[in-house]
Amino acid sequence: MNELTAAELLAAQVQGASALEITAAFLRTIHERDGSLNAFLHVDDEFALAQARAVDAKRKHGDLLGILAGVPVAVKDILCVAGQKTTCGSKILRDFIPPYDAHVITRLKQADAILLGKTNMDEFAMGSSTENSGFTITRNPWDLERTPGGSSGGSAAAVAAGLAPLGIGTDTGGSIRQPAALCGIVGFKPTYGRVSRFGVIAFGSSLDQVGPLAHNVYDAALLLEAIAGHDARDSTSVDRPVPAYSRGLDQLVKPLTVGIPREFFSDGLDAEVENAVRVALAEYQSQGAVLKEISLPHSSFAVAVYYLVATAEASSNLARYDGVHFGHRAEKFADLLDMVARSRGEGFGAEVKRRVMLGTYALSSGYVDAYYLKALKVRRLIKDDFDTAFRQCDVIAGPTTPTAAFKLGEKTGDPLAMYLSDIYTIGANLAGLPGISVPCGFTKNGLPIGLQLMAAPFEEGKLLQVARMFERATDWHNRRPKVQAPG
Amino acid sequence: MALPLEHVRWVAHLARLDLTPAELEAMARDLGAIIEYVNQLQALHTDGVEPLAHALDLQNVFRADELAPSLTVDAALANAPARRGDFYAVPAVLD
Repeated sequence: MNELTAAELLAAQVQGASALEITAAFLRTIHERDGSLNAFLHVDDEFALAQARAVDAKRKHGDLLGILAGVPVAVKDILCVAGQKTTCGSKILRDFIPPYDAHVITRLKQADAILLGKTNMDEFAMGSSTENSGFTITRNPWDLERTPGGSSGGSAAAVAAGLAPLGIGTDTGGSIRQPAALCGIVGFKPTYGRVSRFGVIAFGSSLDQVGPLAHNVYDAALLLEAIAGHDARDSTSVDRPVPAYSRGLDQLVKPLTVGIPREFFSDGLDAEVENAVRVALAEYQSQGAVLKEISLPHSSFAVAVYYLVATAEASSNLARYDGVHFGHRAEKFADLLDMVARSRGEGFGAEVKRRVMLGTYALSSGYVDAYYLKALKVRRLIKDDFDTAFRQCDVIAGPTTPTAAFKLGEKTGDPLAMYLSDIYTIGANLAGLPGISVPCGFTKNGLPIGLQLMAAPFEEGKLLQVARMFERATDWHNRRPKVQAPG
Repeated sequence: MALPLEHVRWVAHLARLDLTPAELEAMARDLGAIIEYVNQLQALHTDGVEPLAHALDLQNVFRADELAPSLTVDAALANAPARRGDFYAVPAVLD
């Protein structure tokens, strides 16, 4: 049961399987295997089983069912679920119980999906390995000594290991696509504004987007369909109709021009990753696509821009953790200001402190022009590069990450090295573009490799079709890791 | 190059972050390295480039001025570390 995709689980229920037995099967798998992975932070069996019983009852009564009826979903612990602990991977929110649901959670409930539990993540989504979690380290199901990537590493590991058929992640600089690539699954970041951020704990508000993690493109399309759409509670949510992405997915995009940015195939790209991606590009060519070399001349500045813009926004967003309204409050302090500073000093982990400091520095008097404003100007140049590129091609293709999954601990001592693992994914966030990572091979050590595809804003439909063209011709997405129960 | 400790202390004050002496030292080193890295932007010519704060071409969005349900006081205060009556409780600011 736990090997099945969302589409197969929906079909199984039409054939007589119950949401209850499906949910119970995934819960059993979690309890058996997650001791090896630590993908989940909280699992509420009773809550999940009650939802499953409700879906079965609706089916029995002949009620109209949602598009994800009876399909379990693992949700990154950054999305608020009313009445359920939501920590964002931070000790400062160790005991936080939100009074409301995130919009995405409301939509999942309306779709009759089963909320299995909340997954581990880098604290406040700041990280690329899930090692910055305030609670536990998640392991890669393909090699337990390696990272699943991050920051949505818990959701990605859960899907890859068959602990959940679908996962929800958030992507501020690659946090859906990078862990998807490192775990051998599909990860999709929608256009900025496509999915409401209401109830998503904020990191970099001009960059954050919620999106699906899944075994294949169809499942990702289905989950996107369930969560996308306008929400008046997020002022950046865009009021445009949501196409039925999962329908017409097998339509071929013809003619198709695939842009290959030469900057994505330079220094720092692992040879095995490059080879797998080049083979993937040749597959498009064999299906009649035109491969066109393009240039994104400012892409080498993306990481620098990102670490000024995202941290500046974070330093402002995280000002709300003051020990007054919610979250941790220090026990000992001299006065109000000292209480705030101590509560934050005790509650935040090292990487969050580093980013709040960097963002504060970039916004501080005397530095704001040289750093924050300068970064926003270069952000414009980066977006202009993409606009120019999309006048010459339908999609942009390249590697999702410069290397396959790295070892736990390998980059924790060097923040810059960790930041550079997002070098190919950050551009889509800065420019607000949709991007997807699909499995495109394995290293000789058996580690998954991801192919990244990006499209112009709101071209999710075309992007998914192009991704599907590759997936249909290959078998990489059907590989599953063998995860042993802890010994 | 590490950032001067005095400067790190000032930024920590602005960020309302209480850092231990060891954290301040590490921060001076890490921030110095990151700032050195982001300084590559200074080489780019950006005169006349309009800053891009946001990828969407959005203007201010206002909701209709209508009454709508909101959280009850108890729900809003449920996560407060300290509460007094219907208020968040904090140490006295003025004596």
